[in-house]
Amino acid sequence: MLDLQGYGPRLIEGAGVTIQLAVLSLILAIVLGLLTASAKMSRNWLLRRTATVYTTLIRGVPDLVLMMLLFFGGQIGVNAVSDMLYDNYDIDIYINFNAFAAGVLTIGFIFGAYMGETFRGAFMAVENGQIEAGKAYGMSDSLVFLRIRFPQMMRHALPGLSNNWMVLLKTTALVSVIGLTDMVRVAAEASRATHEPFTFLLPVAAVYLLIASVSEWIFSRLQKRYDIGFGEQ
Amino acid sequence: MLDISAWFNDLLAGNLIFTPTTLGYYWEGLVTTSQLVFLSLVAGLILAVPLAIMRSSKHKWISLPVYFYTYVFRGTPLLIQLYIIYYGVVFIDGIQQTFLWPILREAFYPALIAFTLNTAAYTTEIFRGAIKATAQGEIEAARAYGMSPRLMMRRIILPSAFRRALPAYGNEVIFMLHASAIASVVTLMDLTGAARFVYARFYAPFEAFLFVAAIYLCLTFAILYFFRYLEKKLLAHLRPQTS
Amino acid sequence: MKKLLSVSLLGLAVAAASSAQARDYDNVRIGVDVPYEPMEYRTADGELTGFDIDLGNALCERIGVTCEWIEQEWDGIIPGLMSRNYDAIMSSMTINDERREQVLFSDPYITMPSAWFAPSSLDISEANEETLDGMTIGVQRGTLQDNYVTDNYSSVASVSRYSTADDMVLDMQAERLDIVFLDYPIGQTTLLDSEHGEYVLIGETITEPKEYFGDGFGIAFRQRDEALAERFNEALAELQEDGTYDEIYTRYFGEDQE
Repeated sequence: MLDLQGYGPRLIEGAGVTIQLAVLSLILAIVLGLLTASAKMSRNWLLRRTATVYTTLIRGVPDLVLMMLLFFGGQIGVNAVSDMLYDNYDIDIYINFNAFAAGVLTIGFIFGAYMGETFRGAFMAVENGQIEAGKAYGMSDSLVFLRIRFPQMMRHALPGLSNNWMVLLKTTALVSVIGLTDMVRVAAEASRATHEPFTFLLPVAAVYLLIASVSEWIFSRLQKRYDIGFGEQ
Repeated sequence: MLDISAWFNDLLAGNLIFTPTTLGYYWEGLVTTSQLVFLSLVAGLILAVPLAIMRSSKHKWISLPVYFYTYVFRGTPLLIQLYIIYYGVVFIDGIQQTFLWPILREAFYPALIAFTLNTAAYTTEIFRGAIKATAQGEIEAARAYGMSPRLMMRRIILPSAFRRALPAYGNEVIFMLHASAIASVVTLMDLTGAARFVYARFYAPFEAFLFVAAIYLCLTFAILYFFRYLEKKLLAHLRPQTS
Repeated sequence: MKKLLSVSLLGLAVAAASSAQARDYDNVRIGVDVPYEPMEYRTADGELTGFDIDLGNALCERIGVTCEWIEQEWDGIIPGLMSRNYDAIMSSMTINDERREQVLFSDPYITMPSAWFAPSSLDISEANEETLDGMTIGVQRGTLQDNYVTDNYSSVASVSRYSTADDMVLDMQAERLDIVFLDYPIGQTTLLDSEHGEYVLIGETITEPKEYFGDGFGIAFRQRDEALAERFNEALAELQEDGTYDEIYTRYFGEDQE
């Protein structure tokens, strides 16, 4: 049943690529998002400005265009640096953007901007009194962050986080356009070769729905956990 | 007019990539993108209003099918929806002989259908949320006036729901503009399609994509300010009174 | 959480950096745009095959290096070479001046004309400005066929650009395209020999003007890799000498043409 005219194994492989890509991009996006949120709330003018430019530019341009720019252009940019090293210093090392790493970096970079907005709002939603209370107990700054700000921030950030994750998951489909063999690409290729688009595209759509449903369930569990002490019991 | 074109040619002289020809491609791309986004938003909006009312219905057999539709279209990538519609219509037996074919043959219409169905699903959920958030007091007041459910929907619930939905709908419009970039995968020469053409022809990713990114950025800001303006006008009654 | 983050990021960094390597080429990575039957394509179980693939493997074997094939969409194939995602391109790439500015070509290893293909119902005997008037022409984005059609016919006909040749053929079968302009052997395999409809060659095959159609297919290298290109040239000459080349040629194109 999973054979699908011989394309089954490759489709499953493609699904693996999609999931890995999505999860790694999410992690990168969360890290970038936390950094961006901190930069936006910092007292340093330059940091605030940089973060604002980053989130504004990223959110004003289509994912696909950014992806092509970073994927095609980023390679040439990296290349220019390594060529310079080679020409001037005879050093021949280079960082190779493989398609997968480029995909993770691009999607992570894009969603870092969205996550930044989510986290900033969430951090601001944590009452100052809580933080002061923590300090009054003699907690260090990092302990205040770990025990008070982060868990409470997560409660506010989860809905936005879950929403961003759903959008990110669907955005991974675009990597098929720039040449990474995810499940959408395998399905499109198989549709063309066999002239049976539904046989391949519908199951792939179902896999996306499945991932979305599972993650919705996970997020609702997480929300319950972070809501402890709030809301109805 | 002649002066302008002479000035324009001077400006472009010596630039191998941005020639009048390639700028023509970008211009046509802008037109295609605008048409595609505008038409799908209008059609999606028209579909979404009745769907949102159905989705808010107390009867499961009315609300469930709509829920299923929005769940599927919001849960899968637009790219797959586009592929299914673009390649799928071809395999309807005998479609090539019907009056529909001259329309579906062009890449524009399958893309328009996919975009419309997609935005309608998101818009339906936005409106449903807004309808659900109608203040109970408004509904009770309408009932007390003896309004029929139909009249109440038209006069009380929908107008206030539209206003509440405005900020979220503004985001949806921007989302749609950005999502439309995938039209280029089914050969449409939209803005992104023009950029891909220029990139492939001149191997110049920075020029081709930065230029188009700037255009999208301008469009995004235009939409953003338009909705801010609308919100200011239509949601004026919600702002704190200062004077 | 923090630990998990740092471990994953480290993994990513390693994945990105591990492919850093020196330039002695025991292993040559070759970029290829798949599918482009019969030059390069995959069977359903995923095995890469085709004229370029077989010839490329034979060349590598002769030189004494291992070949690794890396798939890349056509419109990013030259930037991919520049950024050293791979060390060579062997993907039915026509040698022409525009590309010579970017890359270093081997000697041509095969010469392929381009040609117009259309459904047999299309009633024209030759493609020119009059007969193409109002038609939709399919080409692969960024190919020399794209350049040729765009420069010569985009004023009278509309041009649809596709990422892969397969997309184009599917839309031709769907009757979305009136006519396509392709490398001749690709059209022969995917259209003339197709089970999905009747297609014909329109007019003669085309190899002129040279500014578009160049000097046959070559293997592309980075400009500075002259030594590597030279090794491939020598190996190519040897394979043509000892009959290996002819054997591979016959495998994909039969005996009937040269």
